[in-house]
Amino acid sequence: MQARKALDYSIPLLSVAAALGLWELVSQTGTIVERDLPAMSTTVSELWTLVQTSSFWIAFGQTVRGWAIGLGLAAALAIPIGIALGSSPLAAAAFRVPIEFLRPIPSAALIPLLFLTLGTNIRSEIFLATFGAFWPLLVQTMYGVRDVDPLAVDTARSFGVGPLERLYRITLPSAVPYIVTGARISSTVALILAFTAELFMGIPGLGQKVNFAESFGLNEQLYALALATGFLGVAIHFAVTRVERWALRWHPSQREAVA
Amino acid sequence: MAPRLAGGDPAIAMLEIRHLTKTYGTGETATHAIGDVSFTIEAGEFVCVVGPSGCGKTTLLKCIAGLLRPSGGEVLLRGRRVVEPPEEMALVFQEYSRSLMPWASVRNNVLLPLRHKPLSKRERMSLVEEALGAVGLVRFMDRYPWQLSGGMQQRVAIARALAYQPSILLMDEPFASVDAQTRGDLEDLVLRVREEFNITILFVTHDIDESVYLSDRIVVLTHAPTEVKELIKVDLPRPRDQIETKELTEFAHLRAHVYRLIKREQVPAETLTSSPATG
Amino acid sequence: MSARTYRITKVAAEVAVPILILVGWQLWTISADDPKFPKPTTILDKFQELWLFAQFGTHVVPSLERIGLGFAIAVLAGVALGVPLGLSSVARKAAMPHIEYWRAIPPPALLPISIVLLHSIGNVQKVSFIAFFCLFPVLLNTIDGVRGIEPTLIETARSYGVPWHERIARIVLPAALPQIVAGMRNSLALAVIMMVLSEYFSSTSGVGYVLLISKNTFQLVPMWAAILLIGVLGYVLNLLFILAERRVLAWHRGWRAATPQ
Repeated sequence: MQARKALDYSIPLLSVAAALGLWELVSQTGTIVERDLPAMSTTVSELWTLVQTSSFWIAFGQTVRGWAIGLGLAAALAIPIGIALGSSPLAAAAFRVPIEFLRPIPSAALIPLLFLTLGTNIRSEIFLATFGAFWPLLVQTMYGVRDVDPLAVDTARSFGVGPLERLYRITLPSAVPYIVTGARISSTVALILAFTAELFMGIPGLGQKVNFAESFGLNEQLYALALATGFLGVAIHFAVTRVERWALRWHPSQREAVA
Repeated sequence: MAPRLAGGDPAIAMLEIRHLTKTYGTGETATHAIGDVSFTIEAGEFVCVVGPSGCGKTTLLKCIAGLLRPSGGEVLLRGRRVVEPPEEMALVFQEYSRSLMPWASVRNNVLLPLRHKPLSKRERMSLVEEALGAVGLVRFMDRYPWQLSGGMQQRVAIARALAYQPSILLMDEPFASVDAQTRGDLEDLVLRVREEFNITILFVTHDIDESVYLSDRIVVLTHAPTEVKELIKVDLPRPRDQIETKELTEFAHLRAHVYRLIKREQVPAETLTSSPATG
Repeated sequence: MSARTYRITKVAAEVAVPILILVGWQLWTISADDPKFPKPTTILDKFQELWLFAQFGTHVVPSLERIGLGFAIAVLAGVALGVPLGLSSVARKAAMPHIEYWRAIPPPALLPISIVLLHSIGNVQKVSFIAFFCLFPVLLNTIDGVRGIEPTLIETARSYGVPWHERIARIVLPAALPQIVAGMRNSLALAVIMMVLSEYFSSTSGVGYVLLISKNTFQLVPMWAAILLIGVLGYVLNLLFILAERRVLAWHRGWRAATPQ
């Protein structure tokens, strides 16, 4: 058992170490020119330098802020609307066509429009992130509400439980796993769009810093920032997945089969 | 499909299980699933294996089939050691719906084991058709398994085993998930198929009536760690009949005998307070 | 209300609401009289003029080519990598940190790097960018699909002596297919987005390029037409995919319906 656990940790670590080593090797031997792919050691030291500057952390915070507000607004809109549409087949049918048309529009296509209307400031970033994050949450919430076990609802009704209380006590808890899964998907989308807005529109944040580094040919900084952005993405993904797992802990899909 | 019995040395038993053991884990937390199982099956015999629940019947069958490596002992098929699923052996599981491919037609399901055999396309097709004919499902060749009833799906699994032309058929509680009436039909189907193709059959079941009805011999197992408790010869006349055979007094005797053996096995050793002389 | 009235109301709503929205939009743009928000009718006119089919070959075709190629590579690589990773827990443990990192990084962060590394803003760079990020939904779903295969199926195949390459071709892949297809659907949607982003960032042709150029030259109606085009593209591709999926996975729907879960 102990050996198993040790293996569980050592294999991934070795794998990462090997990849980093390979990166270093590739740039040291000049397989890819140093200018195009800075060495792993160079990139890491550049990142270390960056991490000690306040401007990096300010930008970091701006991106996180854009992500958080975008996700929060999306949730504040999508969850109530999703509950309403999920509870009423009539309403769902009425809005089916508009949703099906608006959903596949890549939010990125709205960037030029935002340039001209809201302008190159945080409002555009938030609008973009909210717009993109809205749809997965809406759809998942609708599924979750629709998927409630009708038997549970009928049982509650037969005990005289009113519609609002039924919603609160039966439908919502049952829909929570779906909503949280939607939040996970939306979180990824919100981060991508917040960053995209910063990159394409020069709005303050990590994306803007990447844009800056690219325009001035500062490749080492470019790679370091990309690395940092990757870690931000991983951190957010990890946190949200933990929340999802916690929210789903009682769900049948999470149960281990009884031998 | 020619009877598969031709070409075997009658002096060597069809299947010999010698001191088979299977243990999971090591040290104190080890689970001794199979303690020491030994028995022999002659060619053409119908042998049933019964035992209390959880006595490792399925583990035993998987070891015999070469799907699991035993911890000790060996399995000899016609004198040759079984280390991986042998060519001459076919297996029918209890969960028929999980052993059939839902994306393939009944025909293609039965065809699967034949694809890697050196046969021509026509030969394969004719084997498939004969096998489906033997179980009465030719009409459903192009349906999907999930379009058929449970009993019919199990017949597809049996047809698949037949098309493979094995000399020995292992069946792991194949009719446990089927309703009682269909079970009777399937039992008779297996008996008919055995007559027609002269296959040796090793049949695991927890249904005592079924074991007496079908077999030439019954192997009664103990609870874990499993050993052979008793080998019982079943001398009932053939062909067997669901009504007439079960009316015979010999049937009732045999049935009661097996039942008693198993009931005793179901009490865990620690709770027996009687002295070794009794029970 | 009776069941019949309800059904009629439902259908009526489904038809009426989109129409009302369009009419409302038209009226609002007329009253707002803002060049930034042209009338829907004007946009549709421009759309027809540009994209059906005058500039279709110049811009839509390159974009579709990039999507198609990037998507195809992503699917092939995703399945080719996903099957062994799904089957081997050791390989999976080794690959997981990398997969978790690359699937979480916001793709635009790598846009400038893809240009620097590949020394170009041509098709190779775009297709590589698209393929790289579209790989992950397929890869992850393939791994899940392979891991979730019914063990009895594999045991059955083993018991009949089916050789390992046939087991993979005839059992593992078909069994994992529903999951793989779900991943493909996500990948396709992602491919459209990646195409727009990469073309908008730096390109000399394509739908994203048109979007950029019309904005830069303040051609507002073509800009809206381009937005509409992107939406239509995404919608049509998704629709085609669903139609294909319906055929390929017909057995799966039937099986699910027939088998109590």
